[in-house]
Amino acid sequence: MAKKPATTLAQKIIARAAGREAVAPGEVVTVNVDLAMIHDSGGPRRVEPILQDLGVGLWDAGKVVLISDHFVPGDTDEGARILELTRQWAQKRKVAFHDGLGICHVVLPESGRLRPGMLVVGGDSHSPTGGAFGAYMFGIGATEMAGVLATGEIWLKVPETILVEWRNRLQPGVLAKDIMLALCGKLGMDGGQYQAVQYAGEAIRALSMQERMTLSNMAAELGAQAGLIEPDETTAAFLASVGGDAGDWQGLKTDPGAELLAHHVFDAAKLEPQAAAPHSPANAAPVTEISETPIEVAYIGACTGAKYEDLKGAAAILKGRKLAPGVALSVAPASRMDQDRAEAEGIMAVFEAAGAKILPNACGICAGYGTERLGEDVVAISSTARNFKGRMGAASSKVWLGSPLTVAASAIVGRIADPRPFLDEGAEA
Amino acid sequence: MSGRVFLFGNDIDTDQLAPGEYMKGGIEAIAAHCLEGIRPEFAKTVKPGDVVVAGTNFGMGSSREQAAEALKRLGVAGVVARSFAGIFYRNAINLGLPVMIAEDLSGVEDGAVADLDIEAGELRLSGKAVPLEPLPENLKAMLADGGLVPHLKKRFAATA
Repeated sequence: MAKKPATTLAQKIIARAAGREAVAPGEVVTVNVDLAMIHDSGGPRRVEPILQDLGVGLWDAGKVVLISDHFVPGDTDEGARILELTRQWAQKRKVAFHDGLGICHVVLPESGRLRPGMLVVGGDSHSPTGGAFGAYMFGIGATEMAGVLATGEIWLKVPETILVEWRNRLQPGVLAKDIMLALCGKLGMDGGQYQAVQYAGEAIRALSMQERMTLSNMAAELGAQAGLIEPDETTAAFLASVGGDAGDWQGLKTDPGAELLAHHVFDAAKLEPQAAAPHSPANAAPVTEISETPIEVAYIGACTGAKYEDLKGAAAILKGRKLAPGVALSVAPASRMDQDRAEAEGIMAVFEAAGAKILPNACGICAGYGTERLGEDVVAISSTARNFKGRMGAASSKVWLGSPLTVAASAIVGRIADPRPFLDEGAEA
Repeated sequence: MSGRVFLFGNDIDTDQLAPGEYMKGGIEAIAAHCLEGIRPEFAKTVKPGDVVVAGTNFGMGSSREQAAEALKRLGVAGVVARSFAGIFYRNAINLGLPVMIAEDLSGVEDGAVADLDIEAGELRLSGKAVPLEPLPENLKAMLADGGLVPHLKKRFAATA
């Protein structure tokens, strides 16, 4: 029997979804979608008029997941109206609906619906997050989503794979977020070339699922279509813990010798905490090299930077310490489940004791929504993914990006600060 | 139909094209604020047939298709760029907004009279023509139908 040619993880998933033996990078193929995730902004209010125009229903309501996160908590008339429309649509179309439970990229994995090897589309640009589970997941706009909902199909140009290998282990105080800011700085926001980025190496294998999600999430900032990680025992254990099933994941990997567009190798042990200057994640530099930058607002939020482990890490730094005078800290836990767990472990109490404002489990100011948008000339540090001009508020506001640890340390010091001096110092509440 | 060139730099993001602050409104409101953060007069001065010309990674950021829809609503004939962010590119084609890649845009000046010819694959300026990369066949067909929705209508009608 002829030996099968070496292929990438992306090729394997896409070939299966296309009903083909094999696919080659550059080929345009039509694939069957295993799961479609939509939210309240790009979802019902945008897709329903198109479905009506086409005169068709959903191709398979059982493969659609709806999550409200953009207009939550509905604190404007228009936002409340959009949420109501979203709720009615979920009933009418009989789809699974997670309402007000958090940000879609975190709630979908928590729902146990993702599975390694799936071909998944999401109506949001951070949809590559699903790649952390070894699913080929990517973001699309509302019209294209309507097309998927009507047909169950989508076209893809089979991507090349850019392998990003991190050897050795991250040092304490350095997180997946720092890896991504460093990558944005090194490769640029179009470094992913709308191909598949695959994260590999000892440092990646050692990461928890929530940390891996941060890597895949910010594949969007690298301009990649997908950000994949080979599934392993960590993946299977996480999915089992949320009532999911990893299925048959063992063969889902990039074969040795598979053709790659690029193979970048980095030493994780040498990576320092990073911060990205306004107005691009690509403006990243080690915090130790950033000149004194006073901040007024510290924000721990978003699918990128406010999951349970992000909250836990930030709280460990804040515990028993006070915010610098004039600094306002806001915390928007990424999901209800993460917040509940943080609550039970006393993590939320640390934020409250520090005087933080706790915001809803929603996209909030990261997406430029909500009542907490940044005012004129405000300088902020944020655990979110993007710091484009005006995204989080006034065009004159200046947002720095950092890990949740760096945000917490900066809130204490009052300027952008290295979190490492605050680790294990054991400040008492 | 000829128009004028509106020239932009690299990495024009979706928050510039469709600011989050106006996302709860309709496309009219979003279009009225399109690109105002970097070029405040854009939405007021752009006319049907005008061409947006930009550098690399045009449309990076969010998946919000209002970013492409706003340009279409303003009557922009198309966007010519060195490269596009993937989701924006897909959205634009889906909405029937031509997006064309040009390897070399040197010498293209802001305000120049220009004619975007999708069929011929060139951006014609007085005295020169900038060659554009041909679109893949599946996308050419979708654009010719006016976008994904009319394209699907045709498909459903054919199978009905």
